[in-house]
Amino acid sequence: MSEVEKVYRAGLATNIQKPIADPGIEPHRVRLTDKSEKAAKGAEQQIAVMFGISIIGAIIAIWGFVAFPIADLADTRNNTLWMGIGMGLSLLGIGFGAVHWAKTLMPDHEVSEARHQARSNDESRAKAIEIIKTADAESGFTRRKLIRRSLYGALAFFPIPALVIFGDLGPQVGNTLKHTIWKKGVRLVRDSHEGGTAIKASEVTIGSVFHVVPENLKDIEDHAEKLNQKAKAAVLLVRVEPSDLKEDPAKASWSYDGIVAYSKICTHVGCPVALYEQQTHHLLCPCHQSTFDLADHCKVIFGPASRPLPQLAIEVDAEGYLVAQGDFTEPVGPSFWDIRQS
Amino acid sequence: MSTNTEQKPTTFIGGAANYLDERLSLGGVLKNFGRKVFPDHWSFMLGEVAMYSFVVLLISGTFLTFFYQPSMASVHYEGSYAPLKGAEMSIAYASSLDISFDIRGGLLMRQVHHWAALLFVAAAGLHMLRVFFTGAFRKPRELNWLVGFFLFLAAMGGGFTGYSLPDDLLSGNGLRIIDGMLKAIPFIGPSISSGLFGGEFPGDEIVARLYSLHIMIIPALIIVLLAVHLMMVIIHKHTHYSGPGKTDENVVGFPLMPVYVAKAGGFFFLVFGVLMAIAATFTINPIWNYGPYDPSPVSAGTQPDWYIGWLDGALRLAPSRMDVELLGVVLPFGVLLPLVISLAFLAVVAAYPFIEKWVTGDDREHHVLDRPRNAPTRTAIGAAGVMFYAVLWAGASTDLIATNFQMNLNQVLTSMQILLIIGPVIAYWVTKRACLALQRKDREIALHGRETGRVVRLPHGEYIEVHEQVDKYELWKLVDFKDYQPTLARPNAQGKITLGSKIRAALSSFYFEDRIAPVSKAEYELAHADHSPAPSVEKPKRKPRELVGKK
Repeated sequence: MSEVEKVYRAGLATNIQKPIADPGIEPHRVRLTDKSEKAAKGAEQQIAVMFGISIIGAIIAIWGFVAFPIADLADTRNNTLWMGIGMGLSLLGIGFGAVHWAKTLMPDHEVSEARHQARSNDESRAKAIEIIKTADAESGFTRRKLIRRSLYGALAFFPIPALVIFGDLGPQVGNTLKHTIWKKGVRLVRDSHEGGTAIKASEVTIGSVFHVVPENLKDIEDHAEKLNQKAKAAVLLVRVEPSDLKEDPAKASWSYDGIVAYSKICTHVGCPVALYEQQTHHLLCPCHQSTFDLADHCKVIFGPASRPLPQLAIEVDAEGYLVAQGDFTEPVGPSFWDIRQS
Repeated sequence: MSTNTEQKPTTFIGGAANYLDERLSLGGVLKNFGRKVFPDHWSFMLGEVAMYSFVVLLISGTFLTFFYQPSMASVHYEGSYAPLKGAEMSIAYASSLDISFDIRGGLLMRQVHHWAALLFVAAAGLHMLRVFFTGAFRKPRELNWLVGFFLFLAAMGGGFTGYSLPDDLLSGNGLRIIDGMLKAIPFIGPSISSGLFGGEFPGDEIVARLYSLHIMIIPALIIVLLAVHLMMVIIHKHTHYSGPGKTDENVVGFPLMPVYVAKAGGFFFLVFGVLMAIAATFTINPIWNYGPYDPSPVSAGTQPDWYIGWLDGALRLAPSRMDVELLGVVLPFGVLLPLVISLAFLAVVAAYPFIEKWVTGDDREHHVLDRPRNAPTRTAIGAAGVMFYAVLWAGASTDLIATNFQMNLNQVLTSMQILLIIGPVIAYWVTKRACLALQRKDREIALHGRETGRVVRLPHGEYIEVHEQVDKYELWKLVDFKDYQPTLARPNAQGKITLGSKIRAALSSFYFEDRIAPVSKAEYELAHADHSPAPSVEKPKRKPRELVGKK
């Protein structure tokens, strides 16, 4: 490579003459184990002790497995601890031993090895190009346009079935995101594993919070389907002083004597909005801290959410239990592109 | 065989070696690689830690697959953890509990696996920072930077898919966040979500699908990328730090056999051993405390594993009420903006080597690493990037910061939002100034030597501080670095100044306007010619303390 070429390849690099010439690799510093046979012997013993500790560690680990068959949680704790400590010692013994060996007894003279440019030399490159040209001439890849172009076409099309075949990964979305199992007259029941009980309006004292699911949720047999529906239908029920509510006159009939029900599914990315601040009437999502003002139709007052939590219109049935007036009037949970289209 | 030079093995090992060599040409391989030289520096261990953590993940993960069942079918728990007895849960969660409580060593393996995953991503991240700040990504290693970048993404993906497998409440909420983010993608979001979950969230497919990804696709991807990564290290040979005797034409260090076999081999045992000791004594991800997944409850102070934190933080820092409706299409920018910003950040990380090469125009191979101070702009950009990432990461803990330090959550979040924008600028500026100051200091030492603290009175009464010249090895370290200067926008062959050329000129002045040039020979000689009465390189014969005492 010519000098001019070198300068060009260096781009914006400056060429400053160094004050001294490269002095070469620093002289080797002699270690104690290099000078003294006694120190070397000592190091040898230390390394052997470390390998010995490794053997003891392995034995401890085996003992930990045998000595604590599972009967109660204390056994779990003990065999985790002792097997872990034993295996840890066993591994660390080998590790420290090997590294100590390398550092004290193996040569520590720095050596230099030449590098080669990644670029192949001109001769190899010429050969490579020649091979490609020969292969091209022999196959007619460039010359026979019809073959080449139809091959491109085939290569473009053949992976498409491999994508199409994944079409059944999930069903069409349809209207599933826009509806829940809430219906007119469905009772609000407590969310519990045993199948919750219905809630009477009179049981909801001011300031109390109920985690609520629709009563018809328990009728769903399939576990996964039950979770799917619960993931949309979960509701938070709160009673506040009716005078504290800033209600939209159009939605005044959606609450019952200060009892309001809102979707528990955050409109940001769908976490359950589970924290209620009694004093301020704020609902807080613990995942990303979106905060909704319960007294003002759950408008977003802080955090990354955008839409208010949808309100579930409720009323009281003949027996005094809280029931839904119908499904939510808008989709619950995170926003998606066609959320406003029916 | 016509020649009689064949050696007859006499020992068992000799026989075995002969057997293998006659079938696999191992002799040639060993001849080529056995004494390959690797440079030594603590920072080169970071990548090793990542690789060894991955091996630990493979070993512990294989154990876990023998007992874990990736099914979301529901069962009633009958294992030995009393508080959950009889509870309805998925088989995945029940089998994770069984691994934790009813299989000896199961909890240990789960914890080793989880700790190793945390360390894997951490070490890979630190390794990337080392490579960035030392300029190890420069030609010919740009492609290996990309391979490493995808390894880092794969590591994050492996972490996330594994995190979700126990199907506990915490990870289920994590998946729900993913679901919400996917749904926000315009037009195809809900379909992608339906495809991933096999219908509505949570469905009964996701755990099995994540399992396939987690134990097959992602590990295979990591193994392939890792193989390519290491192969490139062999092709390029390892970089070394600048120092005497170290150039772009050589590699200085210790031979693979025996030194690195012992050191690196031993180091694998150290990494594994430390992980084992941590796993034995520190609980990680106590899924039994969280309970099975249920879409309704959630615990306060939820946190993802650390490496997902910056993405969660990005979600938290988005401003309120960002849904935009355009021609009936809702664009949830509260989610899309963090998504786009995170992806853009990653894109810049991936593209950086190519950007820097375009700016410097330097087409030479670089095998000597930069000390970070000697590439002030790059180091400052790196610091800005680290700051950006760190603020996002801290953003994932706004609630915990507020509760633990008894501060107002809203103010914490607003401060984070402001910090996200001005933090990187401050980090950039401070780092650049610090680098330039350090370079000045280096120049000072190279030209005039170190301050020794010895004050001497000269015969004519003048007091001076004795400067001690550094030795030639130290001096070489201070002056041997690459230096660039800004370019001007130049017309091309057609006599036009293109936009690209203008941008490049602007960037090159951004990079190299403020620069401290290395000490040149002329400067060095001038500094020394000037010093006629100054103390020489030789140390003074008398001890300075006595000198002061006699006064």
